Amino acid sequence: MATVKVNQLHLDDLPWIVEYDEAKCIQCGKCVATCSFKAIKPAIEQRKVSGSITEKNKIEKRIVIKQNISFSEYCRGCGMCTRVCPNGALKITKNNDSRLSVRYRAEKGESIKKGGRSNLNTEGRTLDKIKVGRISQMTDPSLDAVRHTFELKTPLGRVLSADKLNFEIKNDEIISNTKLPPNRWIYPIIIGDMSIGAVSWRMWEAMAIATAYLNEVMGIPVRMCTGEGGIPSKLLKSKYVKYMILQIASGHFGWNRIIDAMPDMVEDPAGILIKIGQGAKPGDGGMLMANKVAKYIQEIRGVPKADLLSPPNHQGLYSIEESVQKMFLSMNAAFNFKVPVAIKVAASATSVSVYNNLLRDPYNIVGGFFLDGLAAGTGAAYEISLNHTGHPITSKLRDCYLAAVHQGRQGEIPIFAGGGLGQTGSFAADAFKLICLGANGVFTGRLLLEIAGCIGNDLDKCNACNTGLCPAGIASQDICLTKRLDIDKVAQNLVNFFIATDFELRKLMAATGCSSLPIGRSDALITVDKNVADRLDIQYVC
Amino acid sequence: MCRIGAIKSKRYIHPSMALKLMRSQQEGHDDSGFAFVMQDLGGIFETYKDLPCLSMAATVQGTRLAEDILHDIGFSRVLQWSPEVNHQKGLKISPMPNYIFEVLQYPKSHKYATKEEKEELLIDTCLKIRKTLEENNSGYIYSFWPDILTLKEIGSPKDIGTYFNLWNDKEGPYAKIITAQCRQNTNYDIVRYAAHPFVLEGYTVLANGENTFYEKNKLYQQGLYKGYVGFESDSQCFLYTLHYVNKILKWPLKYFMHVINPLSYDSINQRKDKDILLRIKASLEHLETNGPNAVLAVTPDGKLLCVCDPKKLRPVAIGRNEDTVIMTSEVAGINDILPHRDIRKDIYPKEREMVVINNDLTVERWQQ
Repeated sequence: MATVKVNQLHLDDLPWIVEYDEAKCIQCGKCVATCSFKAIKPAIEQRKVSGSITEKNKIEKRIVIKQNISFSEYCRGCGMCTRVCPNGALKITKNNDSRLSVRYRAEKGESIKKGGRSNLNTEGRTLDKIKVGRISQMTDPSLDAVRHTFELKTPLGRVLSADKLNFEIKNDEIISNTKLPPNRWIYPIIIGDMSIGAVSWRMWEAMAIATAYLNEVMGIPVRMCTGEGGIPSKLLKSKYVKYMILQIASGHFGWNRIIDAMPDMVEDPAGILIKIGQGAKPGDGGMLMANKVAKYIQEIRGVPKADLLSPPNHQGLYSIEESVQKMFLSMNAAFNFKVPVAIKVAASATSVSVYNNLLRDPYNIVGGFFLDGLAAGTGAAYEISLNHTGHPITSKLRDCYLAAVHQGRQGEIPIFAGGGLGQTGSFAADAFKLICLGANGVFTGRLLLEIAGCIGNDLDKCNACNTGLCPAGIASQDICLTKRLDIDKVAQNLVNFFIATDFELRKLMAATGCSSLPIGRSDALITVDKNVADRLDIQYVC
Repeated sequence: MCRIGAIKSKRYIHPSMALKLMRSQQEGHDDSGFAFVMQDLGGIFETYKDLPCLSMAATVQGTRLAEDILHDIGFSRVLQWSPEVNHQKGLKISPMPNYIFEVLQYPKSHKYATKEEKEELLIDTCLKIRKTLEENNSGYIYSFWPDILTLKEIGSPKDIGTYFNLWNDKEGPYAKIITAQCRQNTNYDIVRYAAHPFVLEGYTVLANGENTFYEKNKLYQQGLYKGYVGFESDSQCFLYTLHYVNKILKWPLKYFMHVINPLSYDSINQRKDKDILLRIKASLEHLETNGPNAVLAVTPDGKLLCVCDPKKLRPVAIGRNEDTVIMTSEVAGINDILPHRDIRKDIYPKEREMVVINNDLTVERWQQ
């Protein structure tokens, strides 16, 4: 009987199996060179060369490609090797028997970190159970998506109810001598907050270029949120900062540089977003592992090369009221009350309480409520958070909107919803449905990464953003890996995506007879799922 | 599609004129009802302009319930007018047992009340009667306000006219402003409350159009003011928005069109008053109607107005002579009533235009 070391990590424990077809391999070595995870390696295998029984066994040595069996250098299923192989000699297969997550904890005594997205999709997508079912025919003319004009803009900023605008009437005209909270009219899709650090500077730059192009050339007023990682000084001091929403989170990363640049800024930013939580890992702060803290990241953030872990909470904030008084007031004051200050929270059973408190804030200084659902993306998180914490966006958005309706205050703090939008390929439809359910707009990050070439999915493929070894050069600061990303091509694809999405939004607006955003028009939606209908207060159909 | 009409005159006119105005537009409606609102009343009502006038249709039980409520609050009847109904067979009408039009004196407790206090009493009383009638399924209260009389009924407008003896212009009632609609059917249900014109505290609205944002309007308006009730028709939202803008917010009339049909952001940005208009657009986003519509309205001070949607998808024409102005869906109606007018003075409002007829019949036109 042979000896077997059963406690040793084995190929069968790994999540992905690399199948190698020696007959097709020309030993060019591209697969090994391209694998950022060092999951495969060249190896020498001994083979018995066939001969007669009496003949002594002839052993031949062959160069083959083998999979590494390691807790760190293992295949993530990204498939880059299959992309570079000229002959299709490699094939990646998911191993349904994988025990790596259990073995890792047992071996290392620590929790698993991952990036990307949740990979335990047991919920199903509510948005896919909803259809746009109120089509304008005869009752009111349906519109033509190509020929009619549509208004796809929504305010970002605190909206006061009409009776609080303190308007005065002079010569039959309304005049106003009251300083009112700042409002910005923006496109209802915001490029979600992904920091320089979480994504490569090339990815970030591509998004910034796309944002500027969409605004300056296409006339689509898309805004981009910086994420918690600062913003390059040159951009900060340029006119293009007006398209950027600056994020401040519990780590306050990058804010020294922002404050230093303030005297030289020629434009106000589009807004400030105070991140309290995020949908992918509610209750956790930002997490940037040291291997992604490149020199320029250190400069922008003003930090040493170390794991950058933002605290779960903003230090010193212990209640909603206090946060309003301290943080929102300070951020408003910092930009002379000219820039909307919004909040981003993870969707949670408590979201309505938070939203209600903000709505009732007597200072009227909260200018947006970004609600992030559990299918959202992240650069790095503990797997336990990614897979087991969070709240779907759809019902929580609806709850918040209806809470505002209950008080007659809908629209006063615009709601932007995000988290897994476009997951099944129909981003415009997701956005339209959420707007009908009460969102002023939506935000997306992860989807844009997928447009840029991210090959991760919700079935555990890749999701290694935390390692800094992103094979697409998107979530990495490695100079070789990031070179894989063609900035101009990514920017172009992002612009194209927005143009296509813009058209698709118009298509849905046209069919439902809306020439402006159907915020709260839940009568346009139907569902064949009675539970969804009851929960969201939309029409049940069968 | 609805057909709507409004007549404003310097002299007292008879509802038969409204019937005639709407008959020639019959091809444009479905002959399913007739409703009118008379304002600035004449004839037997002329001397009671400051006292509230109740317009109701009810069963015997409903009539008693309403009378009890009014009595309990302290109202006392000053004048009652009952139309002489014609029970001839074959009329296409679904009449109610009783039609009550009466002028009431305010309760003694309100002898020295302010205008606002009296108005508060009227709306509260009106809502109380409405609720009671609804609970008992025993009738409808259409208006309870000084100098306003309302009648709504299901059936053929011609036969409704015959039933209520409205073709005979020798007998009252009379008024200087009459608004009317010849259609009872709506997108929803045949309900008397759903018939235009809609009245609230002296504001009257008729709309030929669709309110695509009905759901949002309704959700927002329900919490704005206690009098915003019913919502049997999506067009009621136009009335409530007009009331909210002009009476509660006290904004000039022209801002009504900026609320129901806001300009695009890019258009507003070209204007001097952009800061104001953007605030209105944001704050009253849920009152945008976003549908094809031509809205006719009367204000408590007797102004007649017309507002057209951004694409001018619903017809409306205005014709006039020295003492009468008519706004209606089809010019055919005007031709019947004012055949000898100077047609060069006819007005065909454009998209995003508001036309206001003042009490001296001067015309103001505002292009949004």
